[in-house]
Amino acid sequence: MTQTFMLDGLAIPFEEGQTIMEAAIAAGHYIPHLCYHPDFTPYGSCKLCNVEVNGKICAACTFPAREGQTVVSESLERNSDRQRITQMLFVEGNHFCPSCEKSGNCQLQGVAYHLKMTDDHFNHQFPHREIDASHPDILIDFNRCIFCALCVRASQEEDGKDVFAISGRGINKRLIINSDSGQLRDSELTVNDRATHICPTGAIVIKHTAYQVPIGDRQYDHQSISEVSMEQDGNVS
Amino acid sequence: MYEHLETAEHPDKLKRVVIDPVSRVEGHGKVTLLLDENDQVKQARLHIVEFRGFERFIQGRPYWELPVLVQRLCGICPVSHHLAAGKAIDQLVGVDPENLPIAATQLRKLLHFGQVLQSHALHFFHLASPDLLFGFDSDIAKRNIIGVIGAHPDIALQGVKLRKYGQEVIRVVSGKRVHGTAAIPGGMNKPLSKTDRDYLLTDIDQIIAWTASAVELVKQMHCSNRSFYDEFASIPSHYMGLIQTDGALELYHGGLRAKDTDGAVIFDHVDYCKYNDYIHEQVKSWTYMKFPYLLSLGKENGWYRVGPLARVNNCDFIDTPLAEAARVDFKQHFENPQVHSTLAFHWARMIEALHCAESIKRLLNDPVTLSTDLVTQGEKRFEGVGVIEAPRGTLFHHYQIDENDIVTRANLIVSTTSNNTAMNESVRQVAATYLNGRELNEALLNNLEVAIRAYDPCLSCATHAMGKMPLAVELVDYDGKLVDRLVKSSSGHIAAA
Ligand code: SF4
Ligand code: FES
Repeated sequence: MTQTFMLDGLAIPFEEGQTIMEAAIAAGHYIPHLCYHPDFTPYGSCKLCNVEVNGKICAACTFPAREGQTVVSESLERNSDRQRITQMLFVEGNHFCPSCEKSGNCQLQGVAYHLKMTDDHFNHQFPHREIDASHPDILIDFNRCIFCALCVRASQEEDGKDVFAISGRGINKRLIINSDSGQLRDSELTVNDRATHICPTGAIVIKHTAYQVPIGDRQYDHQSISEVSMEQDGNVS
Repeated sequence: MYEHLETAEHPDKLKRVVIDPVSRVEGHGKVTLLLDENDQVKQARLHIVEFRGFERFIQGRPYWELPVLVQRLCGICPVSHHLAAGKAIDQLVGVDPENLPIAATQLRKLLHFGQVLQSHALHFFHLASPDLLFGFDSDIAKRNIIGVIGAHPDIALQGVKLRKYGQEVIRVVSGKRVHGTAAIPGGMNKPLSKTDRDYLLTDIDQIIAWTASAVELVKQMHCSNRSFYDEFASIPSHYMGLIQTDGALELYHGGLRAKDTDGAVIFDHVDYCKYNDYIHEQVKSWTYMKFPYLLSLGKENGWYRVGPLARVNNCDFIDTPLAEAARVDFKQHFENPQVHSTLAFHWARMIEALHCAESIKRLLNDPVTLSTDLVTQGEKRFEGVGVIEAPRGTLFHHYQIDENDIVTRANLIVSTTSNNTAMNESVRQVAATYLNGRELNEALLNNLEVAIRAYDPCLSCATHAMGKMPLAVELVDYDGKLVDRLVKSSSGHIAAA
């Protein structure tokens, strides 16, 4: 017999071993997320996917689905927490959407729209971060990194390399590059690597491709992030 | 003519009148008038603060961001900055203007004409027409666009619709009415669809007719009080701007031409990449704005004007028929080889608006504009210069990048900077005429405002929604004592606050 749990009052079927996130997506339900990607090991760091499981807060991307669970995702409380988390992500980095080449294709921006975020709430920290433009084809703008570690996982799990790592904690957290010089040009990263294409924000971008997609044709111009997620995350490769 | 007012012998001994626009957004400026013991205007300075930190902000960014970055730095003519930067970054990917795909050039022109049309319409109908239709000293409560809507609803409506049309052109080409994306290195990111082309063609004949009647309206104003219009804030000056190879008026791309006060050529068809051999900028201690001058004429005499009046003065003809007829008419009215009347900026501005409307129609009717061949590439270069005729005048963008594609140096000369000395000259001229004694009066404020506005400077205070510059005026004697103070609010209300 199929096992089910309740998500926002709806019965969601799941298979043994699935997380709440996986089961929800398979059933066509969007739970906001940033560090989760169906192709890579769940990381559970951004906490955007936090849901209440039998009254306890858990990350949907890491928490296993179990028979009879009561899961609350679309509540006022969950979504206002998600909005605060997103606002923190914005002020902890330097995200200038108006001039960012990822605008319209950015998941951070897409999630912010989804959560109806209209201001930053917190004071901007304006951290001092650099750009690594040393690679001929790829640029990293650390200002836009949200430490989702997707590049770390993609490089290890799919590219079989180990180009990225997250080092430090809290305000000192940073993305580091595994090369003698610490620069991207001396790393093993190539333009065809999965890690090069995985960044949900504009932190890792392919050089010389900015703004080629006109406004109106960008990922989130006509579809919300929840719709895009259902199409893409549901198609596990 | 009024040069003697620039530097008084003992500025410390002079009384000061400070006119301070109470502005918070993009620009901030004030007018300082220094009086001598006899309360005559001895020195006049227009202070403008803008574009501070502009170049620093760009340094360290990848070059392909430039067209989108720079349009955010100025709220008033974003499309001009977008295109000037776009032209500069073409060179960084090894593409010179003549090698850009024709359709890309035509789409950029279309975008640019849309921008100039909407900017000129905004300036004329919203900001200038209340002064011109009702008189500078008319009831302040009525001297705004609302007043125009009441007294001349047809004219006001045309202004609104012309602006809207220009914005629609911008939206169609760049995806958004403001701050879209269009120019990318070596081309454009989106072709013009047939549907959009037909949509823009629907109203174009009406737009041409309205811009033509706007030209007629300014002409009537000039004819109604000829000597006043000819002389108010007028200063003989040099003029500079882009020009087509055949001498036609050019807004998007050409060589640099400068003419002197009599219309004699100072230089012609200069490759703008070499602008530094012809134009230098002077720094003065009392303002953040620089003072560009023509190198061959030196710091003292080399100042020049840019913008609609400069372009219409400098060109040999306009390559669209109605605008050309209007230009001939304009030249005949003033008789002199070069028109120096500062209020003639408005007339020239409307001639250009007409030219933009005609050019938009021509571009829309050209099938090449619909081509999808929009991008090309060449060999990387480390330096790029882009120059365009923005609504307010010649705009220079100059960038250097390193081997990693990061901007290492940026130099921008914005139109208002080029008109800096000229605006000071006009302010001095008006102050010398209208300020006398220890009393600040409304007439002086109004006239200074009208003189500054003729240049359509990119100050937020000058483009306030109601078209009224908020000004605080202080009269301070040489002991530092405040003897009079007038504050003009953005609604036009004047009080001794
Ligand atoms: S660079 Fe992008 S993918 Fe990598 S951790 Fe930062 S935000 Fe995530
Ligand atoms: S998506 Fe679950 S913690 Fe980030």
